[in-house]
Amino acid sequence: MEWLQQLFNGISLGSIYALIALGYTMVYGIIKLINFVHGEVFMIGSFTGFYAIAFWGLGFFPSLVLSMTVCAVFGVVIERVAYKRLRNSTRIAALITAIGVSLFIQYVVIYIRGAQPEAYPNVLPNRTLDIFGIQISSQSLLILLVSVVLMIILQFIVHRTKIGKAMRAVSFDPDAAKLMGINVNNTISATFAIGSALAGAAGVIFGVYYTKIDPLMGIIPGLKAFIAAVLGGIGIIPGAVVGGFVLGIVETVVSAFGFSLWRDAAAFIILILILIFRPSGIFGKNSKEKV
Amino acid sequence: MLKKVNTFWLAIILAFVFYGVIQLLISTAIINPFYSNTLIFICINIILAVSLHLVIGITGQFSIGHAGFLALGAYISAIMTMELGMPFSLALVAGGIVAALAGLVVGIPSLRLRGDYLAIATLGFAEIIRIIFLNIDYVGGAAGMQVTHATTWTTSFLCLLLTIVVIVNFTNSRHGRACISIRENEIAADAMGINTTYYKVTAFVIGSFFAGIAGGLYAHNFYIIQPVNFGFLKSFDILIFVVLGGLGSLSGAVISAILLTVVSTFLQELPETRMIIYSLVLVMVMLYRPQGLMGTREITDYFGKWKWKRIKGGNQYGG
Repeated sequence: MEWLQQLFNGISLGSIYALIALGYTMVYGIIKLINFVHGEVFMIGSFTGFYAIAFWGLGFFPSLVLSMTVCAVFGVVIERVAYKRLRNSTRIAALITAIGVSLFIQYVVIYIRGAQPEAYPNVLPNRTLDIFGIQISSQSLLILLVSVVLMIILQFIVHRTKIGKAMRAVSFDPDAAKLMGINVNNTISATFAIGSALAGAAGVIFGVYYTKIDPLMGIIPGLKAFIAAVLGGIGIIPGAVVGGFVLGIVETVVSAFGFSLWRDAAAFIILILILIFRPSGIFGKNSKEKV
Repeated sequence: MLKKVNTFWLAIILAFVFYGVIQLLISTAIINPFYSNTLIFICINIILAVSLHLVIGITGQFSIGHAGFLALGAYISAIMTMELGMPFSLALVAGGIVAALAGLVVGIPSLRLRGDYLAIATLGFAEIIRIIFLNIDYVGGAAGMQVTHATTWTTSFLCLLLTIVVIVNFTNSRHGRACISIRENEIAADAMGINTTYYKVTAFVIGSFFAGIAGGLYAHNFYIIQPVNFGFLKSFDILIFVVLGGLGSLSGAVISAILLTVVSTFLQELPETRMIIYSLVLVMVMLYRPQGLMGTREITDYFGKWKWKRIKGGNQYGG
């Protein structure tokens, strides 16, 4: 039963990676930019949730919604201020800007409140359930449930609503979408808003699950979520979810075998292997290079 | 032809005169240890900036994992002097060679990747190198490794001069031209019969060799090296030299390395402020002047008649 237990822990961790990876993959799908700031949006979401719970006494769900809203606005602001001007510049310029904005946010937060970590308050009742011989805390079950519900909502938005249709059209061909009367700028902003809201939710969930947050917490989960997105095939929404779960399970297994210090290295090795052998990811299609 | 050779030797002589003056000032204690240490640090940073310039600015391969090669050079040279009792010069070369081998390992998979994917892969390689050192008890793990102080103004200046001479000559050779053509348009370069694979790997190997040398100097200047010094932020520090100076301009990289080293020396007490300024500068440069301060031009281009045509990393088509 030991491995089943590890599998469940891996899925819990993976659901957090999957939520962040969704934002990466959506933004990449629509403007072909690796949005390095995403990890910082995740951090801001976590801190918003922390302040909402610890200082305003909000419950888990109100603070989740609040932090998703704050992150959505934050994501749109970043897009409008920093990325909009870069739509037609080289991809290297866009990538450097993303790194710059990401560091700027980290150090502004450190400047304002200091670098000391914060302990997340306990908001969810925690009982241990015994299902088929594995120990599952009610907390992690609820967290998993919340992530899955959010993913289902996202799937609904992308496939059943007008804005979702517009998003798919813009990611397919921005110029043709513009000709069809789609407001490309608003669609891109909507994508940032939805992706950032998911990162905000992931931030609160991370805080509740791991109980320790700090201003530099976004770097490693952000990079790993990016790895998850590449693993599933960047730009493909179900791919990000699968990639997130796979990465979470692999990391838990590596830790379980007693190599917990090598956990981060395992993720990067996966990244390099996937980039070398199947750069389009698990679900990606190979596309021919055109001159 | 004679004139070009003369300018080259003139530059070398000028460099040595500059070296001699500084050395005199240091030995007569007019420059105090704080400033001479800053000078050494400037040399190390210029070597790093110029070696990354070869990879990003000349060959157009976007690498954000330069700190990984720096770490390799630092640790290997530290092991050579501290554990094996080798002389410092041999340790420097060994650090450079091991870093160059690592560059070969990174360079080969990079052939399948381009643009932002390559950037992420190099970042991943650098992190893996750092995690490996973090987990090896032989080099002290997270606590770090004690290193004697061996870097002097003389060694760092000689390494700097060697780096610049090699990279300038490489840039102006037919190999350098081939690298520039890869930066401008890889597919076109391929179509013209340039072996893009070979040149991309060569650029990576040379760039990481000099990063390894810089690592050796770095390790023997700081008394202690820790894996935490070689994280992503270090790669970012090196990247900003190249980006701010202008992608494709060697003198731009040198100038911004000098400028930013001086600025960060004075902001040492305020690390957060330093990072905020750095990141703002980076974003502003990318938004308003994406080609960097110098673009692909060199400082010698501004000297009118003195135009030193051969030392020019950039394209000549107005880019």
